[in-house]
Amino acid sequence: MATFSDTGWLLLITLIKIAVVVLVMLTSIAYLTWLERKVVAHIQSRWGPYLVGYSGLMQPLADGLKFILKEDIVPLEVDTIVYWLAPFLALTLAFLSIAVIPFGESFTIHGRTIFFQITDLNVGLLFVFAVTSLGVYSVALAGWSSNSKYPLLGGLRSSAQMISYELSLGLAVVGVLMMAGTLSLRGIVDSQSGFWHIAGVNTFLPHWNIFVQPVGFLVYFTAAVADTNRVPFDLPEGESELVGGYHTEYSSMKFAMFFMSEYANMITVSCLATILFFGGWHGPVFGPYVLRVLLPVFWFCFKLFCFLFFYIWMRGTLPRFRYDQLMAFGWKFLLPLGLLNVLATSFVVARISSP
Amino acid sequence: MVPLSHVLALSVTLFVIGAAGFVFRKNIITVFMCIELMLNAVNLAFIGFSRYLGNLDGQLFAFFVIVVAAAEAAVGLAIIIALYRNRESLNIEDLDSMKL
Amino acid sequence: MTVGARHGVPVRIETNLVPLFYIFGALAVVAALSVVAQRMPVHSALSLIVVLCSLAVVYLLLGAEFVAVIQVIVYAGAIMVLFVFVIMLLNAGRETPSHRSRMAHWLGAPLVAAFLLEVLFAIWRQFPAGASHAAAAVDAGPAAIGHLLFRNYVLPFEVTSILILVAILGAVVLAKKEF
Repeated sequence: MATFSDTGWLLLITLIKIAVVVLVMLTSIAYLTWLERKVVAHIQSRWGPYLVGYSGLMQPLADGLKFILKEDIVPLEVDTIVYWLAPFLALTLAFLSIAVIPFGESFTIHGRTIFFQITDLNVGLLFVFAVTSLGVYSVALAGWSSNSKYPLLGGLRSSAQMISYELSLGLAVVGVLMMAGTLSLRGIVDSQSGFWHIAGVNTFLPHWNIFVQPVGFLVYFTAAVADTNRVPFDLPEGESELVGGYHTEYSSMKFAMFFMSEYANMITVSCLATILFFGGWHGPVFGPYVLRVLLPVFWFCFKLFCFLFFYIWMRGTLPRFRYDQLMAFGWKFLLPLGLLNVLATSFVVARISSP
Repeated sequence: MVPLSHVLALSVTLFVIGAAGFVFRKNIITVFMCIELMLNAVNLAFIGFSRYLGNLDGQLFAFFVIVVAAAEAAVGLAIIIALYRNRESLNIEDLDSMKL
Repeated sequence: MTVGARHGVPVRIETNLVPLFYIFGALAVVAALSVVAQRMPVHSALSLIVVLCSLAVVYLLLGAEFVAVIQVIVYAGAIMVLFVFVIMLLNAGRETPSHRSRMAHWLGAPLVAAFLLEVLFAIWRQFPAGASHAAAAVDAGPAAIGHLLFRNYVLPFEVTSILILVAILGAVVLAKKEF
C-alpha cells in the first residue's frame, strides 16, 4: 500500500463514490415511487399501497420483481437498434448528471481530503445542461422507433416540449451565475455561505440566492417541471390523449428504465434547485466531528426531499396544460421573463460592483 | 502530450470522410450531415492549433463556427422541407430541373 | 493535464491521459465512417451524434473545456435534434439505389483513400512528430473566453446574433405551409 500512487488512490476513491451514489440513487428512485403513490393517495383521500410490508414499504421491491418477470413484448417492424438504445440512453444520461452534484462538505481521513462529490468540474453546471439536452434523444427515438402513431406523436410532442423549456432553464440560472461568478457547483454553493448583511447589519437571513433571485427561482422551477415531463406539463404521457405517449410500445424492463429515468431526472433538477437557490448543504452545524461532517449532507437531503414532496404535491393537485397552452407559456411568457430577469440582475450587479 | 501532427491527422481524416460522403451519398439529409462532419473536422484543427500556440483565439473561432453551423442547419433544413413539399423526394438526383 | 478542479483551481494529477485521445479519435473515425455508410438517415444521425460527443472529449483533452461543453449542448443537443426531427417528420427511409455509372462508384473509394494518404503525408512532412511541443497551458475556462469574446471579438459576437435572427426568420418563412 505504501507504493500505491496518488492516481491509484484517486481512482479507488472515485470508484467507491460512484458505487455509493449509484446505490443510493437506485434506492431513492424506488422509494420515490412509493412516496408518490402514498402522497397522491392521501391527497385523494385513499390509502395507497399498504399490503406489501408495513405501510406498503416493500411495494417497490414487488414492483421491481414484477417488471423483471413480465413478458417482454417487442412489436413487429421496429427499428431494433434504436428501439433498444432509447431506454438505456435515458437511464445512462439520468445517472450521468449526478456525477457533478455536491452533497456535502468534505472530510479528512489519513491526511487525505475526500469531497462529497464524484468530481467537481469548473464547468459543472454546463455539464448538467449538456446531459439534459442529450436526454431529448431518448424520448424522440423511443417514439419514432416504436413504429406506431401514438408513440410517434407523443415522442415528438414530448421532445419539442423538452427543448423549448431547456432554454428558459438555462436563462434562469444566468442570474445566479452572475452573482456566484463561477460555473462550478461547489463554488456556487460556497458563494451562499454566511448571512445577508444590509449596510453592515447582520439580518440573520442565510446568504441563499432565493432571497435575491425569486423570479429566477420561479422560472427555473417551472421550466424544470416542464423539462421532466411532470404535471402540470405531462400531456405527452396523458392516457386520455395519447395512450402512453412515447413509452406505449415498451414493456417490462425497458418501460421500467423510462420510469426510473423520469424519477432520476426529477431528483437531478431538485438537487440543482437546492444548490443554485437554497444554499446546497448550508444549515445549522454543531457537535463533534462526525456530526459536523454528516449534518450538511442531512440538510442537503432534507431540502431535496422538500422539493420532491412539492413535485408530488403538484401531481396530486393540478390539472394538466393543453399542448398549445404549454408551448405558448414556454415561449411567450417564461422565456421573456427569464430574459428580463437576466437584464435586471445584470444592471443591479453592475451597479453594486462598480467602483 | 499529443503531437500536433496527430491532431491534424484526425482532423484531416474526418474531413476527407465527410467530403467523400458529401460526394457519394444521394439522400439530401445525409449530404447535409456530411457537411456538418466537415465543419467539425475544421473545429478540431482550430482547437488543436489553439492548444499548440497557447492562444485562445482558436477556441473562440471554433465557438463561432458552432454558432454559424446552427444558423446554417436551421435554414438548410427549412429549405429541405420546402423542397420535399414540392418534389416528394429526398434524392438529390431528382433535383435536376435546371439541368440542360 | 488538469483532472478535476476545486471550483476553478486546477488540480494537477500526474496521469497520462494521452491514450484517451487515441481511443476517442478512433471512435470518432469509426462513427464518421458509419455516418457515410449507413443506409437509413436516422442511423447516420445517431452516428454523427457519437462523432460530436467523442470530439467533445478530444477537445477536453486539448484543454478546451468550455468549447467541449458548448459542442455537446449546442451541436449534439440542439442542431442534431433539429436533424432528427426533420428526418422523422419527412419519414426519410432507406436510400434508393443510384442510377448513375457503376464505374464512378467503384473508382471512388480508392481515389478517396489516395487523397487521404496524400494529405496525411503532407502533414507528416510539415509537422514531424518529435519537433512539436505545446505552449504553456492557457486557462481556457469560461471567464477567459468571456473576456476575449466581449473585448476583442465583440463585433463578430453582435454580427452573429443578427445572423441567428435572420436565420430564424428565414427558416420560419421557408418552412411555412401556406403563403
